[in-house]
Amino acid sequence: MEVWMSIAVGILFAVAVYLILSRSLLRIILGTSILTHGVHLLLLTMSRLKSGAPPLLGEESGSYVDPLPQALILTSIVINFGVTAFFFVLAYRSYLKLKTDDMEEVKMESDE
Amino acid sequence: MYVLHAAIIIPFLFAIFVPLIRKGLPRVHTGWIVLAIPTLLFANFLRYLPVIQSDTSQSVSLPWVPSLGINFTVYLDGLSLLFALLITGIGALVVLYSIFYLDPAKEAIHRFYLYLMIFMGAMLGIVLSDNMIVLYTFWELTSISSFLLIAFWYERDRSRYGALKSMLITVLGGFAMLAGFILLHSMTGTFSIRETIAVLSDIQGQSLFLPAMLLILLGAFTKSAQFPFHIWLPDAMEAPTPVSAYLHSATMVKAGIYLVARFSPIFAGQAEWFWIVSTVGIVTMCYGSILAVKQTDLKALLAYSTISQLGLIMSLFGAGSAAVYYGYGNESLLYTTATMAAIFHLINHATFKGALFMVAGIVDHETGTRDLRRLGGLMNVMPITFTVAGVSAFAMAGIPPFNGFLSKELFLEAMVELSHMEMFRLETWGILFPIMAFVGSVFTFVYSMILVFKTFRGPLQPDKLGGTPHEAPIGMLISPIVLGLCVVGLGLFPNVLSYSIIEPTMRAVLPSLVASGEHFEVHISFWHGITPAFLMTIGIIALGTIMYLLLKRWKGIYSKYPQALTWNNLYDGILKWGEKASNALTEKYMNGSVHSYLIYIFVFMIVLIGTVFIRADGLSLLTQGAAPISIYEIILLIGLVATAVAVPFAGKRLTAIIMTGAVGYLVTLFFVLFRAPDLALTQMIVETVSVSLFLLCFYHMPELRREIVSNRYRIVNIIVAVGVGVVMTFVALAASGSSTFDSIATFFVEGSHDLGGGDNIVNVILVDFRGFDTMLEITVLAIASLGIYSLIQLQVKGNDAGARIHYLRNKDVQTHRVDVGRTRRETSTVQRNMTQFKSNDVILETSTKVIVFIILTFALYLFFAGHNNPGGGFVGGLMTASALILLALAFNAETVRRILPVDYRTVTAVGLSIAYATGIGSFFFDAPFLSQTFGYFELPFLGKTELATATLFDLGVFLTVLGVTMTIILQIGEDR
Repeated sequence: MEVWMSIAVGILFAVAVYLILSRSLLRIILGTSILTHGVHLLLLTMSRLKSGAPPLLGEESGSYVDPLPQALILTSIVINFGVTAFFFVLAYRSYLKLKTDDMEEVKMESDE
Repeated sequence: MYVLHAAIIIPFLFAIFVPLIRKGLPRVHTGWIVLAIPTLLFANFLRYLPVIQSDTSQSVSLPWVPSLGINFTVYLDGLSLLFALLITGIGALVVLYSIFYLDPAKEAIHRFYLYLMIFMGAMLGIVLSDNMIVLYTFWELTSISSFLLIAFWYERDRSRYGALKSMLITVLGGFAMLAGFILLHSMTGTFSIRETIAVLSDIQGQSLFLPAMLLILLGAFTKSAQFPFHIWLPDAMEAPTPVSAYLHSATMVKAGIYLVARFSPIFAGQAEWFWIVSTVGIVTMCYGSILAVKQTDLKALLAYSTISQLGLIMSLFGAGSAAVYYGYGNESLLYTTATMAAIFHLINHATFKGALFMVAGIVDHETGTRDLRRLGGLMNVMPITFTVAGVSAFAMAGIPPFNGFLSKELFLEAMVELSHMEMFRLETWGILFPIMAFVGSVFTFVYSMILVFKTFRGPLQPDKLGGTPHEAPIGMLISPIVLGLCVVGLGLFPNVLSYSIIEPTMRAVLPSLVASGEHFEVHISFWHGITPAFLMTIGIIALGTIMYLLLKRWKGIYSKYPQALTWNNLYDGILKWGEKASNALTEKYMNGSVHSYLIYIFVFMIVLIGTVFIRADGLSLLTQGAAPISIYEIILLIGLVATAVAVPFAGKRLTAIIMTGAVGYLVTLFFVLFRAPDLALTQMIVETVSVSLFLLCFYHMPELRREIVSNRYRIVNIIVAVGVGVVMTFVALAASGSSTFDSIATFFVEGSHDLGGGDNIVNVILVDFRGFDTMLEITVLAIASLGIYSLIQLQVKGNDAGARIHYLRNKDVQTHRVDVGRTRRETSTVQRNMTQFKSNDVILETSTKVIVFIILTFALYLFFAGHNNPGGGFVGGLMTASALILLALAFNAETVRRILPVDYRTVTAVGLSIAYATGIGSFFFDAPFLSQTFGYFELPFLGKTELATATLFDLGVFLTVLGVTMTIILQIGEDR
């Protein structure tokens, strides 16, 4: 399972990077969003999958999965929400101002 | 205990208050209050004179970075005390002088005194520190404050040029010095100067010893404006004259000399040290004096004269180091004259040069010019100034009975002595020292005469001056008069200094030559009989007088020297070339394209991680203990990968956004599979809120276009993307494959219930174990929401005039913008959609009324259950927000505002305050920040209930997340 997950993580990263490298702002933002998903799955895979019960002591289990990556991911999910929202507003604000969402054209604008 | 530390810190602390004093007492010249600091410090340092005379030195240590061996150790011996007295004594006089020099109505005097105080503190720090790193820190602080003071009149080009030049050169030297210190540290393992001296015999033969010496000398030479680094000092004269008198003649430029003296116990006795220090010194002395004669600006002349005099002192410290070669014994004591002369001249120079600078300032102030070609005949209008100038200049020229005569004689004597020595190959080259000393002294005599007679004698030319000159106000004259009296007094009674300060300083510079308890013999007298030095003095005065009288005949030689070959030209050239080269290089790769930068980042990431893998042999595959895989999971995986891969191919915005959302939901399913209920919950809600956010922003964004790019561009992107993907796959494999150490998870699992009082380990980690992270996280969230708020609000509605003007100016753009990429009909739909934020679906409206309450109840449950079951502040907050968003979508944003008339920014603020207050609350129970506690209480109706402070903290998280989400969504939704 870990091997397959690793490959999936790699594919998510590749797609995300490809999107981030494109010229359209919208694609770039979607790319960062997918990148975050990749990171979350990576963190989860790192801690070994399904090696115990959910990290709830009420479950009365002998072993639990590593709770620390989960705490990290939880933090990341929420932060990511804030950052993505900020990206979006920045993107459409700059689109309204510069009248383009193409990063190469944005570059020309700022050069002038 | 920490009196000496306080002496360093007080000027810094006082500097903070200077601007406040200016504001609070606008009618009093700030200088009067500042004056108290150097005066009190001077008085304080005077108390140490008797202590230092007997054999004791003071040393107090404060740990700073003890793990790196960096301690704020102050150390007071003769050398430190001498400099501390100069810094505070001259400092007091300069501040007094500046009160009359700087007009508070015209100048930014608070800045002036602020920088001056920083400088004073830093300079005291240099001379009192025993630790090299601390010394270095203060050293750079003096460079910075000098930079600020030179650029005091920053609107002038010359000031900025001079400031930059001094900064570049002295900081370059500072870096070299730091490198030297680190080399020493690598040999000795200590940054303490005294401890280094103690282990001297171990390091002297090592190969790094010489490089360390050279680097430290580079620092000293640049700071003390030694040839060929002297070029910054004349340009530093753009500073106000009190600064020139203080920093650029009496104190800061002597820091290099201090450094040489301070490190003499380590390096003296080495042939290289002797040759470099004394040669650079004597060459500088000659060169500076020759160039000084050429100057027509009064302050430029003084600048070159300072360079020359600094060279003189430097050469004396170099010559004095030869004595150490002979080691402990009577023979070496014969050769300590040079060191004694150096210390004596150091004091003398501070007095006469300080006075001369102040005189130059007075002349400038009263006549409006410093040009020697326009000045003249001031003797009758400014008799007091003339007297001070005459006395000081004669002292500089070495004419009896002033103090300069005595130290100049000692200097000549020391140089003659060098030619007799039989070591370091002095028998061959030693004769050059007295010759160069003689030449330099002749020119010194000439420029001293120019200084006095061209300014004060000859015809007065009122038409060339700004107005009719008159004597300066008495307040301005006090400081130069005091210094002038010192010049005369020390000339007549030089032995006042002998055992009080010169002898203790010698002991600090040449500790190896006297046993503890022993003392050097210091006696300065006028008449030594007809010695070579005396004959040289007569020769200097005779030749100097002739040359001065014939000045017009030979001055033309100076114009013969080609401008292209000057050191200044070289400096300008290097600077220009460096600027051009770095510009060309930067423009090559910083091409303004975000795409290129991202490529750099990703390629670097691939190379870095790839290299680590290859070198660490980390390409391990998981062999055992892998989790089993089911068909259900395979289907999910395929779905996840397929959806993700499809995103780049999506032709429409909506498709791309929904597919990205689908990836998020699929990840949620994986969270369920992998036993992470909290994550699944949170991810689910975040994904929902995100997609609604995307859709809200959606109308503001243009339609996706097919990107017309070259194949090369596309291929590069694909290669980089695949590269990152492959590397990350290996990272994932390596991380889950090898387990070189145990997970720290056990601690959290075991401690969660007993230490944190909760059964949901993830939640306990968030609010208790790693509460600090969470607190900062919600702070970041709040900042992001405020960022969004200001992006949207400030530009359009702007309450302040500036923003409004900006808005009006952009109005054309704004009306124009809605047409971009859309037809008119679309535009109007968009506007209705966005402004009304409303659907007209009756079924949705009706069901919402019920569903909202269900969601809200669930949200509250999630929040309260969070400590023991899946849930918590994050999920609760997000869930509540999603209920409100649903309400806003079904009806409109106005409804939400009407039902819950709160400003969500306030909610965020309240939430943050609660979280922080919980953290700070721990202090009242003597616990570290953010300590959580819990207990079980019998409550009416509820029975035995657990109450934890963590819940309070979680409430803060809850409110912050709610406030942030609602601020973001409502802002974007209502943005027109």
